[in-house]
Amino acid sequence: MKIFNLLLKNSLRHKLRTFLTILGIAIAVIAFNVLRTVVTAWSVGVQASSANRLITRQAISFIFTLPYAYRDKIAQVEGVEEVTFANWFQGVFIDKNQFFARLAVDPETLFKVYPEYLISDDELATFKKERNSCVIGIEIAKRYDLKIGDVMNIDGDIYPGSWDFVVKGIYHPRDKTTDATQMFFHWTYLDERMKEDMPGRDGEVGWYTIKISDPSKAAAVSEQVDILFKNSLAETKTETERAFQQGFLQSTSSIITSMNVISFVIIGIIMLVLGNTMIMAARERTREYAVFKTLGFSARHLVGLIMGESLIISAIGGGLGLALTFPIIAAFAEFIPKGWFPIFEIETITIVFSIMAALVIGILASIFPIQKALRTKIVDGFRFVG
Amino acid sequence: MSLIIQIENLSKSYWRDSMEIPVLHNLNLEVERGGFLSLMGPSGSGKTTLLNLIAGIDRPSSGKVIVNDSDISTMGESALAKWRAINIGFVFQFYNLIPVLTAYENVELPLILTKLSRKERKKHVETALSIVGLEDRMHHSPRQLSGGQEQRVAIARAIVADPLILVADEPTGDLDKNSADEILTLMKRLNTEFDKTIIIVTHDPHAAQIAKVVHQLDKGELTKK
Repeated sequence: MKIFNLLLKNSLRHKLRTFLTILGIAIAVIAFNVLRTVVTAWSVGVQASSANRLITRQAISFIFTLPYAYRDKIAQVEGVEEVTFANWFQGVFIDKNQFFARLAVDPETLFKVYPEYLISDDELATFKKERNSCVIGIEIAKRYDLKIGDVMNIDGDIYPGSWDFVVKGIYHPRDKTTDATQMFFHWTYLDERMKEDMPGRDGEVGWYTIKISDPSKAAAVSEQVDILFKNSLAETKTETERAFQQGFLQSTSSIITSMNVISFVIIGIIMLVLGNTMIMAARERTREYAVFKTLGFSARHLVGLIMGESLIISAIGGGLGLALTFPIIAAFAEFIPKGWFPIFEIETITIVFSIMAALVIGILASIFPIQKALRTKIVDGFRFVG
Repeated sequence: MSLIIQIENLSKSYWRDSMEIPVLHNLNLEVERGGFLSLMGPSGSGKTTLLNLIAGIDRPSSGKVIVNDSDISTMGESALAKWRAINIGFVFQFYNLIPVLTAYENVELPLILTKLSRKERKKHVETALSIVGLEDRMHHSPRQLSGGQEQRVAIARAIVADPLILVADEPTGDLDKNSADEILTLMKRLNTEFDKTIIIVTHDPHAAQIAKVVHQLDKGELTKK
């Protein structure tokens, strides 16, 4: 007989209790992993942000626009390599539940500033040439079964009217964190319609994205850009793309904090569930531990027996939870409204963290029973009536 | 014959809250190597306490317990655990077998602590089980055995590591007469054929009779019968 056999037999002594404990751990690990995945998916924009990109927006609020005329002035600032810009278009495609970013952009510069959006030269050339064309991310193409040449009809809300766009390009993500759920069309197409239909709303840009040659000079370039428009009607606020994304996250920080707290509370709950099982098991075996001690088993051996059993249960529960996490995350990604999270995948760090948590919990849950087993004198152990 | 156990001025008291309950007073006892000693006495006379002190599973309040030239009353917990594994085989009234293990695995338990190979352990376990006449039940779990058989497995577990001394606390206390006789015969055989020093605690005069020496313990004091 090996010690492991004894640990396994002890673990399975109360099959229903062990099964329920394992199930509890597995459910907690799944909940932990799903919550952590939501938190990481929420902040994927921060991870995807580039060190050599700055965002210039209206100083008062992001919802206010900037003049198109700023573009050339920004381009002349020292250290600026390229300037592109965009407007948040929104609109309704199919129905209001179909959410994804729809942006009016500058076709000439967008793909230079965002090299992580991979598009073929031919498709890019066509996109640049045709005013009513659009480029969509591969995920959008798959989701709505769109192909080159298909027409996307969008009902405008911020920019009223019926808008038709012909798909002329499909971009692919370069990195895992690249958002492939966006749609880009010509800013000039939007601007011309605004000139005709809503004079006064033409010549407006939502924000500028600046590609800089040296990321270490981001602060200096930002300052120079903002100085250019100081005391104007539309003062600017320029910051790194990462800071800009983090600013977005700040508005939902209480939700993220809550999720983080809950995910760690779950870890605490797993510990209590397993701790309770181990305390019950150790209490029932008080006489047996006295027998082991009488046979010559030392404190070290008892620690191994109790901690080993706790680790077996936590490892099985953790392993089961982890194995079920992947299909559940995939199902969750299908279930949540499309476009909420461009990337919804469990991160390696979450997997590592949940494995570590299961192991640490296995160890911690055994501490109290170990302490009790070691403290109980052999003669008291034999007198114990459970 | 040389002495294997020497007990000198042994006293033991228990504390219940702030009240001291004396159990043994200045007790002296000598046991010869290969001896068979029976401890008798009424309930609460300190028989089990004395047995526990000899087996190193309890600590004296004062005095010395010298077993095979080692004063076990001064040993630390870890050293005492090692000492017990080598020198003592313990038989309990209620067998105390591990219910999830088979008879074979229960007997093998003390050998896990040794450096014996799996093959050597198997040989030891089979020998111990054959001595107690249970080689055909080695793969049975405790609940598949009768009380007498469980006690024989417990004896096999006690002797498998070939200890110097076998201590038994009411080994027949939970058995019917036939099973009790079997156990007593087996213990006598272990003493005579295998030269084990045996100390048993019993209420049963019939059980006590098989010992070479019977001691009566009353109110913490020992008298030889």
